[in-house]
Amino acid sequence: MTETAKKKEPLVPLVAQIVGIRTDTPDVKTFKVVNTDGKKPFSHIPGQCAMLSVPGVGEGMFSITSSPTNEDYMEFSIKRCGALTSFLHGVEEGQQITLRGPYGNGFPVNADFVGENLLFIAGGIGIAPLRSVINYCRSFRERYGRIDIVCGARSPRDLVDRDEALGEWAKDRDIGVHPTVDRADKNEDGWEGHVGFVPSYVKELGFSPDRTAIICGPPVMIKFTLEGLEELGFDKSRIYTTLEMRMKCGIGKCGRCNIGSKYVCRDGPVFRLDELDALPDEY
Amino acid sequence: MTSEKTKTEAKTKMLKISLEKTGLLFEKLSAAGKLYIPVDGAAGASFEKWDGKAGEANKFEMKMSSAHNTVKSAKDVFFPQTEDLMRFRVNGKKIEVTDCSDYLNNSNNSNNSDVARADNSAQNEKTANNIILFGVRACDVKSFEVLDRVFLSEPCDTYYKARRERTVIFSMACAAPRETCFCTSFGIDPSCPEGDVSCIADGKYIYFEIKSEKGERLMSSLSDMSDISDILESIGDSDPESVASRRREIKRRAERLPLSGVSTEPFGAGTTGRYFSSPAWEELSATCLGCGACTFVCPTCQCYDIKDFDTGESVVRYRCWDSCMYSDFTKMSAGQPRLTRLERFRQRFMHKLVYFPENNDGLFSCVGCGRCLASCPVNMNIVKVMKKLGGGAGD
Repeated sequence: MTETAKKKEPLVPLVAQIVGIRTDTPDVKTFKVVNTDGKKPFSHIPGQCAMLSVPGVGEGMFSITSSPTNEDYMEFSIKRCGALTSFLHGVEEGQQITLRGPYGNGFPVNADFVGENLLFIAGGIGIAPLRSVINYCRSFRERYGRIDIVCGARSPRDLVDRDEALGEWAKDRDIGVHPTVDRADKNEDGWEGHVGFVPSYVKELGFSPDRTAIICGPPVMIKFTLEGLEELGFDKSRIYTTLEMRMKCGIGKCGRCNIGSKYVCRDGPVFRLDELDALPDEY
Repeated sequence: MTSEKTKTEAKTKMLKISLEKTGLLFEKLSAAGKLYIPVDGAAGASFEKWDGKAGEANKFEMKMSSAHNTVKSAKDVFFPQTEDLMRFRVNGKKIEVTDCSDYLNNSNNSNNSDVARADNSAQNEKTANNIILFGVRACDVKSFEVLDRVFLSEPCDTYYKARRERTVIFSMACAAPRETCFCTSFGIDPSCPEGDVSCIADGKYIYFEIKSEKGERLMSSLSDMSDISDILESIGDSDPESVASRRREIKRRAERLPLSGVSTEPFGAGTTGRYFSSPAWEELSATCLGCGACTFVCPTCQCYDIKDFDTGESVVRYRCWDSCMYSDFTKMSAGQPRLTRLERFRQRFMHKLVYFPENNDGLFSCVGCGRCLASCPVNMNIVKVMKKLGGGAGD
């Protein structure tokens, strides 16, 4: 089949290859992916997603965790959850997959975020879509103000991107990294950092509300963090989050990822809190 | 150029054929493409591929005189209940995408293999590329516009587009509405359906009004055929009045239907806030079984699933109809939005009456065909929802 035909039919994927697998936590692995020519499969905006599939196993929507500034490959951080993700956790390098995308709107990194102080708040695998934004902002550091990153996990060994967050991001000037874990055993984990839930830690850190906040994590974390941010005086129009729904097509046609008249695959996954407030309370 | 075009239009604008000659008409049409007509069956009417010989085809006359609309709409001609999208060859770690060109290249009209899986028995048969749908009612013609909004909007679904573009629609004014019909609520005129060629029949003739270039091309190619030129007549002086009077009769009948007063006025874009949290959903959804029958007979329902099937030799990725009424429709490993029956029920009707118009310039995703009213095992339906939410009396 020709390249043009591939581009014409959005449901037909391209073949890609896993060329690196990093074990982040007991249930999260990060996969490095290139196309069959060894190049990055396609370009994207931070926050956009791709449909990743292993034929015969399943197809699912995943956030592209690498930054668009990475010209060589794409990365996906994937938590072991269901059939497809369990299969992926069992594969070796060289495994081929299929990809189509990019899908969704992405974060306004070259619009609303420019000149802003940014506060990233991630819980667990919620760091996946934010990592792309964080590394993009680091590549164009002069465009953005102060950057703070609060990242939480159940335990120290569940912190996704721990080495990158503590080893690279934390070393940048003007980037504050604030990790926290729900619980830690000092002797076993050697954890010297903060212990506590993300929402209360955010309040404790007391960020000033003149920032743009970007939140991703489990629904319960998002819910309580939003309440905390509103208490701190954050404006709803400057809080961003991403949603997750079951998807089959990725292009607003299969009919299952809508909330009200918005399709998460097409109109999201990134929504501002004031936009979410205008949607029916179905999530 | 313009005047020449006008002249052609005037000449071919309206034609008629004697009802007795419909068999010959179908024979000619079936030479121009794969022809589907509504045919009576034990379980009601359905669109079937016409394969009769001239002289045997008086079946159609029966339909004209008695049959209600088909049990299912003809949407599966464009959007088959199941269709193969592509195949994969999986060999160890290697994956190859194969065969999708078979399905896709049809859009170029360059090859004559069959993409419309509506006719499974003839899958491998070499047939003409064109599809002709004859006798589509006004409501169903309108439903194609709804489907087009979904599948032809960017990024365009090329599987659907290939079949849609090759199809010529002969609509038919609706002489046999059901008591469950309420197309007029959606501004549809059953006496004057849209389509490429709009037809209306009285006791003697079928009249053809050409509505599109596609329709004109097909009709003029028919006129060029030797056997038919003498039976496909130009209309005479008295015919316009016969047609107009027939239309009036059909309209009057539609206006007298029991559900013709259902109002869409309270619905449309921007009304989510008014209805989403209504306490009425609880009562309305209480008896719903979640069987999905309404979604399968609905001409505008287009939710689909994509699944893989391992044949042993390759993996076939296929698409099939799905239903928002099913409990696993939105199920994820991380949780499930629309977990309850009430939420799924509400989704279906909010989509048709509010969300879809919001995204499509006010167009409702319901055409009042009444099929869901006839098919629901617990007698719950969109009319009851509209009446209850819209402030009508309900029943």
